[in-house]
Amino acid sequence: MPDQDTRGLQLRGITKKFGSFVANDAVDLDIRPGEIHCLLGENGAGKSTLMNVLYGLLQPDGGAIVVGGVEQHFANPRQAMAAGIGMVHQHFMLVEVFTVAENLILGREDGPVVDLRAARTKVDELSQRYNLPVDPDAVIEDLPVGVQQRVEILKALANDAEYLIFDEPTAVLTPQETDDLMAVMKKLRDDGKAIVFITHKLREVREIADRITVLRRGRIVGSAEPGTPENKLAELMVGRAVDLQITKPPAEVGDVRLRVEGLSVADPNGTVVVDDLDFEVRAGEILCVAGVQGNGQSELADALLGNNADVIAGAISLDGVDITHARPRETIAAGVGFVPEDRQHDGFIGSFTVAENLVLNRYRDRPFANGIALNLEAIAENATELVEQYDIRTESIQKLAGQLSGGNAQKLVLARELSRELALLVASQPTRGVDVGAIEFLHKRIVEERDTGAAVLIFSTELEEVEALADRVLVMYRGRSVGVVAPDTPREVLGLMMAGVPHDEAISGSSGSAGAEGERS
Amino acid sequence: MSASISAPAEVITHVHLESPDARRARLATGWLIIVVGVVLFALSFSAGATATFALSDAFDTVQLPSIALPAGPVVVITALLCLAAGAGLVSGRLSRTWRRVANTVAGLSVVLGFLSWAASSSTLPFPVSNQLAGTVALATPLILGSLAGVVGERSGVVNVAIEGQFLNAAFSAAVVGSVTHSIPAALFAGVLAAVLTGMLLALFAIKYLVDQVVLGVVINLLSSGLTGFLFDQLVQPNSSTLNSSPIMTAIPLGPLADIPLLGPVLFDQTILVYLAVISVAVVWFLLFKTRWGLRVRAVGEHPKAADTVGISVTAVRWQAVLVGAIFAGLGGAFFTVGSTGTFVKDITVGNGFIALAALIMGRWHPVYAALMGLFFGFVTQMASQLQTLSTPVPSQFLLLLPYVATIIAVAGLIGRTRAPAADGQPYVK
Repeated sequence: MPDQDTRGLQLRGITKKFGSFVANDAVDLDIRPGEIHCLLGENGAGKSTLMNVLYGLLQPDGGAIVVGGVEQHFANPRQAMAAGIGMVHQHFMLVEVFTVAENLILGREDGPVVDLRAARTKVDELSQRYNLPVDPDAVIEDLPVGVQQRVEILKALANDAEYLIFDEPTAVLTPQETDDLMAVMKKLRDDGKAIVFITHKLREVREIADRITVLRRGRIVGSAEPGTPENKLAELMVGRAVDLQITKPPAEVGDVRLRVEGLSVADPNGTVVVDDLDFEVRAGEILCVAGVQGNGQSELADALLGNNADVIAGAISLDGVDITHARPRETIAAGVGFVPEDRQHDGFIGSFTVAENLVLNRYRDRPFANGIALNLEAIAENATELVEQYDIRTESIQKLAGQLSGGNAQKLVLARELSRELALLVASQPTRGVDVGAIEFLHKRIVEERDTGAAVLIFSTELEEVEALADRVLVMYRGRSVGVVAPDTPREVLGLMMAGVPHDEAISGSSGSAGAEGERS
Repeated sequence: MSASISAPAEVITHVHLESPDARRARLATGWLIIVVGVVLFALSFSAGATATFALSDAFDTVQLPSIALPAGPVVVITALLCLAAGAGLVSGRLSRTWRRVANTVAGLSVVLGFLSWAASSSTLPFPVSNQLAGTVALATPLILGSLAGVVGERSGVVNVAIEGQFLNAAFSAAVVGSVTHSIPAALFAGVLAAVLTGMLLALFAIKYLVDQVVLGVVINLLSSGLTGFLFDQLVQPNSSTLNSSPIMTAIPLGPLADIPLLGPVLFDQTILVYLAVISVAVVWFLLFKTRWGLRVRAVGEHPKAADTVGISVTAVRWQAVLVGAIFAGLGGAFFTVGSTGTFVKDITVGNGFIALAALIMGRWHPVYAALMGLFFGFVTQMASQLQTLSTPVPSQFLLLLPYVATIIAVAGLIGRTRAPAADGQPYVK
């Protein structure tokens, strides 16, 4: 198809710097109609920066964007849109209190007075043409994430985008929603759209990519054929060989340590977000709570820590002691370690040093405190030891924690929490935003903690992580337990359960769909 | 065509319990109403025989009879209504609708019971027409000021500087009115002064990302100092030429103005009062029916989303602040050319802040904000009327009770609307 070459989009030598940091270093990228081009790279590799340059949100320091043979300079997204570029953002660019129709026409209204009827018709028309059903009058905040994403896609299509950028679109989706999205992307490709798919999930790349380009530290480090095996892709991405599957010894399960009975938690709006939950975690066991983000995991974690959760029913006990309404200081004293979901926000204090952050949970105890004074020597000693033990890459223990990279910051949090004897470790998304190399290390440490006899509770939305860590898996949906299953349960079954389908039905349902998939290929 | 798509049933429905905050608010309101009921009940013992309400004043063409109510029983009944409403709220067994009813009943009872008690202690009748006329006069600048805030804050710029805009507008209108002897010129000068003040707000809030609350306070201080200085140095020595503006005259709207009691209050007013009413409708239409309004609201909720569809967040915010300033200018002019025609130092006495309160309690909605403005006007007027009746209670204490009614009224209005998500947050790309 030689005529397609002029229709394509090329990035030539794009360079983008933030101060002295080079986010994109002379990046070339070739995007063609009718192709799904995967841009693969770790967090911080510069994928999103590159795409923000392409979409006019950032201006490059060097290089050129060529669309259909014509060089373009995008000062703002409007110009990029005019050139046929559309973007499905990782954090949806939707006004939550507006309806679908209002969001769709925002920025492209026909006249000074808003014509909502025409907007509705437009939504219906587009959703029919691309088979993306959505109610034009639904308010965005009432819609599930997968449907919100549909609206985001429709928005790009409404602008007649020829080049569609999907920025980490699967991060917030259930496995089923991910499959739906893949189908949509394939259909768009077959319609002749050019698609850029940004991700760090290797499985998805293998499933859908027509071409793969790998970005590392702001540079293109290579391209790969669609059939390239996952460990090869990982190696390209990280720059060294990585072990994707950790081996862990079987659990030696002891007595029940954490027991949760009939727990219900309400959020500040009074919505019941954890609903009559029962489970227990034994000594030397890892229970993974699997589920799509926003199904009550954060609130359950907060309830366990005693962090401002509004427990409206039920009880939590640790080693037989009731901690249902305990405050964080009491739960910490009872031996609960906590790795929060949003480490930047809740995990450490960015303007404190590494050493100070490493004693945040123990600063009032000996030897770190001496009466009302801090024992800085002991704090420094502790820090030196932990930095080495946990391989936290920092020039000095006096460096501010906010300057650490994602993986190192997470190691810092884990080091602090595991530096004392724990009865229960609660970790939310322990490897989110952490490079593949560090994931391996963090997983190993968590398993080691299990083997000391602690009860471990992991919240994760990533099935890879669940499979790697769990001794048992509790699937949570809309605040309820869908069931507790073994970690080797097939992905499709787990995926269906994460969408609220009970275990038995999920098994029969997935075998049916697996058959159908077999036919398709 | 489009009908063939089956609307997906995907809207999430959650089990809703009462949140701790809502529970606390309901209990607090309930107990407050009960306390007020008890107070009213106690007051009923000291009530005089009759409470007289005069519906007409001496100059009205149509004289309506005065209404005499048996004060004791009325106060007791309102006290009982309060107690019932309070008990209903505390019990937690009322549905959403009935909670509203209870709040409304309690609010009205407080006003009626309290007025009856106060009026019964005086031989003079309580002048209802004065009360209503005063309400309109006091509410007009509040409504206009709150609209200024609504437009600005819907775009994400907090406007604490309404007071400053009022002051500058009042000053400019008085001076220009005195010099030109022209009301339109005075109004124009007021609007221009408020728009210039708005530009100051927009410049520092939008371009230089200064904390908007601090900025608003600074602008208020600046305006107070500037108008005070100019007043002392320039205006007061030449007050006959610079501070004696003509004042607006009432424009009766034909036969409507002759309706007894309500006619003079609603249909025989100055142009600014009519403008205030029209402005409410205009702002509502602008915000909710036009492209510009859609963009303003988008920018106030999720500026980045607006940016990604090609809307200039900065431009829209500038426009919103300046459009809002027009209303603040009209409101400010009311203090001089709508009133005595002369400016004195700090003539606005905190009305800008009350306008701010009205817009927040009106939940950033032009119609509700205007209603809150009316309510504040009513309450303030009532307080000053009561001072002229001789009641056995210190007047400071009297001034307090109307605000109790405010709290009760507001508590009943909690709904789904909330502050714009990006209100007060500067936007940096």
